[in-house]
Amino acid sequence: MMDRVYQTKQPFRPFSKSDIFVLLVMIAFLYLGVHLGLRAPKVVAGPEILLAPRWLPYYALRSVGRMAAAYLLSLVFALCYGYAAAYNRRAEQLLMPLLDVLQSVPILSFLPVALLSLSALFPQGLAAELTSIILIFTSQAWNMTFSWYQSLTTIPGELREASHVFRFNGWMRLRTLELPFGLPGLLWNSMMSWAGGWFFLMAAETFTVGQHDFRLPGLGSYLREAANLGDVRAIFWGVGTLVAVIILLDQLLWRPLVAWSERFTLEMVERDFPATSWFYNLLRSSALLGRVSHGFSLLGEHLDAWMLKLWPYRSEGVPAAGVGRRRYLGMALRIALILVVAYGVLRAVGLLRTVPIAQWGQIGLGVLMTTLRVVLALVITLVWTIPVGVAIGLNPRLSSWLQPVAQIVASIPATALFPVFVLALAGLPGGLSLAVELLMLTGAQWYVLFNVIAGAATIPQDLRYTTSLLGLSQWERWRTLILPALFPYVVTGAITASGGAWNASIVAEYIEFGGQTLRVKGIGDLISFATVQGDYPMLLAATLTMVVTVVLINRFFWRKLYRLAEERYRME
Amino acid sequence: MEDKALVQLEQVSQVYRSGDRRFYAVQDITLRVHDGEFVCLLGPSGCGKSTLLRIITGLQKPTEGRVLYRGEPLVGINPHATIVFQTFALFPWLTVQGNVEVALKARRIPPHIRVPRVLDLIDRVGLDGFESAYPRELSGGMRQKVGFARAMAVEPELLCMDEPFSALDVLSAESLRGELMELWTEGKIPTRAILMVSHNIEEAVFMADRLVIMDKNPGRVVSEVVVDLPHPRQRKSAQFLEIVDQVYGVLAGTTQPEPIELGSTPGGPGQIRWLPDVSINNLIGLLEHLNKTPRQAYDLYKLAGDLGIDSDLLLRLVDAGEMLGFVVVAQGDVTLTPLGETFSEASILARKEIFATRIRRLPLVRWLLEMLRQTPDGRLPEDVIKTALSLELAPAEAEKQLDLMITWGRYGELLAYDEITHTVILEPAGVALPS
Repeated sequence: MMDRVYQTKQPFRPFSKSDIFVLLVMIAFLYLGVHLGLRAPKVVAGPEILLAPRWLPYYALRSVGRMAAAYLLSLVFALCYGYAAAYNRRAEQLLMPLLDVLQSVPILSFLPVALLSLSALFPQGLAAELTSIILIFTSQAWNMTFSWYQSLTTIPGELREASHVFRFNGWMRLRTLELPFGLPGLLWNSMMSWAGGWFFLMAAETFTVGQHDFRLPGLGSYLREAANLGDVRAIFWGVGTLVAVIILLDQLLWRPLVAWSERFTLEMVERDFPATSWFYNLLRSSALLGRVSHGFSLLGEHLDAWMLKLWPYRSEGVPAAGVGRRRYLGMALRIALILVVAYGVLRAVGLLRTVPIAQWGQIGLGVLMTTLRVVLALVITLVWTIPVGVAIGLNPRLSSWLQPVAQIVASIPATALFPVFVLALAGLPGGLSLAVELLMLTGAQWYVLFNVIAGAATIPQDLRYTTSLLGLSQWERWRTLILPALFPYVVTGAITASGGAWNASIVAEYIEFGGQTLRVKGIGDLISFATVQGDYPMLLAATLTMVVTVVLINRFFWRKLYRLAEERYRME
Repeated sequence: MEDKALVQLEQVSQVYRSGDRRFYAVQDITLRVHDGEFVCLLGPSGCGKSTLLRIITGLQKPTEGRVLYRGEPLVGINPHATIVFQTFALFPWLTVQGNVEVALKARRIPPHIRVPRVLDLIDRVGLDGFESAYPRELSGGMRQKVGFARAMAVEPELLCMDEPFSALDVLSAESLRGELMELWTEGKIPTRAILMVSHNIEEAVFMADRLVIMDKNPGRVVSEVVVDLPHPRQRKSAQFLEIVDQVYGVLAGTTQPEPIELGSTPGGPGQIRWLPDVSINNLIGLLEHLNKTPRQAYDLYKLAGDLGIDSDLLLRLVDAGEMLGFVVVAQGDVTLTPLGETFSEASILARKEIFATRIRRLPLVRWLLEMLRQTPDGRLPEDVIKTALSLELAPAEAEKQLDLMITWGRYGELLAYDEITHTVILEPAGVALPS
């Protein structure tokens, strides 16, 4: 199963006009957020967080509830968006580049803007809840949408033709062809998204700047409060609960679902190592589930009959009515969109022009500092994960027990641990810098490690024997076999890892802790500080700069490396 | 006579657009399938026979021409037709029974009627006991039986089959053909007519009443052959072999004098002779086999049997040999030329040299070499050549031709290719002008 870990195939899309349009859309959108934020209340009081362990189930429930709401939103979004992009050529031309940019944007950079704008619109508690859900949603939806879109566009032609020849209506097609075909990918990405969502949930639950305390009752705020008060016992309780919740959901929900989805893979041969789940096997052998599934199939039969009656099969050949009107509607929508974007961009530019040169200088320096931090985190990650990952990947015995351990450790969202890092390191010289680096590292390294393990495990035994037979030295062996074979995996891992590191900078570079404000230079710090000061032009400028920087790095550095890796070094 | 035709195509063409160029996938096809008839569309890959099948079932709307079904113009997907697919097109997540049932479910047939019907069909195709199996548990032959059962479940008047046996191993294909013919000739299925697409000559002669022979660039009908033999047909009988030989004769054509045989260059007047899609190793294998009985005409159908390859591959190989001057073809017979003989006896390096001189005579290769010579450093990005080729060919086909040119050029050491930069590079041997 490891061979599918952390790999979302990205299409090779060169930088194009539509990317620029997407960026403009985002500028307009950010402007709207900032504009709304002007009316945000000046003081936002946070909830009281109680540290008694008996409150933990309640907090856990609140956190999981937010996750579930965001996930459902993501799922619905992914299904609709993917459908629209896959079946409407015009929509595809806008939707796919949009998605492509959205997934490389550091989501957390939107957190302050989103919080401010929503708290201007809604009562404070609701605004924070909504923000956390939207934030998690924005971290979850893109890869799921990509996966669903990709499934829809790669359904084998003959299966699609069969569904027409046998006169499936839209519902039957969705149910017997599209959903089953897309399910393994969708589920796998759901699992990834869910795991990633914790990172953002913890950040959203604990966000406070200046007079604005946007905390939400949940596990994240519990941990932060515990660290804030230096209550080590509560920290242990909190981390323990968090890990338990994550593991339980993984074992009782996601793994069984993935094991079940194995039957929907298109491959016509049985897999060597199919995904398994003890809980799924248990359920499958229980009589209760048999009855439940029988009930479901009866229900399905009725539903199908009803749907078929409601929407009988319509042949493609029948000319659809109202095509002309739809075209005008589409045109009108497009013009409206362009106007709105143009207005937003103009106003945004107006606002940006009020930012003095000196502040732009600060922003430039901030971006540079944060970039250096991200690079350092990646370098450290690569230095330790490659040898360790190879050792684990090439040794099945080692990996059989180390892998689960690593997965549990990796499942703890870095943002939850951040207050703990600060508590531990604040006393040291350069303590916060160290804590920030540590946060970036925890947010980044696991992606690379798991990818390296997966990559090492795919090196063919024959090639390893060959290097031994040729009597290559250890260094030669690494140079000619291991490193090239790992390259695509390392690149895929590093792309995700750098995304994680950028996000970490937002929550880490500026933190209020134990009554003090701790800051290190960086773009995240500037964004947070602008929020505190209510300096909206600066907030817009800094957020925008970060988004553009990351998108450009993605396009011009990672995309090229990824392409090279896929074309040259993929073992197939 | 009008009302007897089940399906009628009138001057049907399918045009693909690429940029402002138009390419015919099939051009100007007029065809009839009568009640009670088994017709086979036979031709090399890329001749548009599958496209034609999709037009007939209504999956694809032709750009030009009319499709009539029982005298009525066809709108949308033909409800009386069904397809058996080359790759079976079974839903892997449904059981055998589920796969057959789903076709009836979509037609709103309630469970109490459809389940017995499905079980009966599964029994009739010989899959009794496998109702609850998933497709991945079945062999290829059994999977295609599910495909047949599903197609028959909807009781089609017109059964279309898109190379239904080509993804199967030889023995499964053979037994499945026999079983299908049994169902058809003994009237055990309500089907009124069968239309099969195939590139296998023996299979077509074994099964069909009439063969519609097609050729490519553009896809068109070149000939029709009526097979008037009783079923079950004996593959070794003289009449059977005579028809097979005749069809080979039509499909392989006759070797023409060199200027006609080699065609013209892209952009030039006349027909371009595109490279057949074959591997050089296969071609050498064929020549070596022919060289065992030198200077002797070899029946193509016998050759296919001796080499154990299907007629489609054999015809492509012979086509390649013909272009290079290694064999000549006439009336379904192939003969090794003295040059072919020399080539197959030569050493590895000498072969490459002969090959290089031969491909340098091909207008298409000459055209590419000439383009490369015009550049200062003898290098051209792949895309440039592809674009030039797209003026003559559909994009996918242009890519295929370029790949073939590169492969042949590399073997003859006229060209090199850089995979990272996607550049075609002129080798020193390619610089010299052909003598």
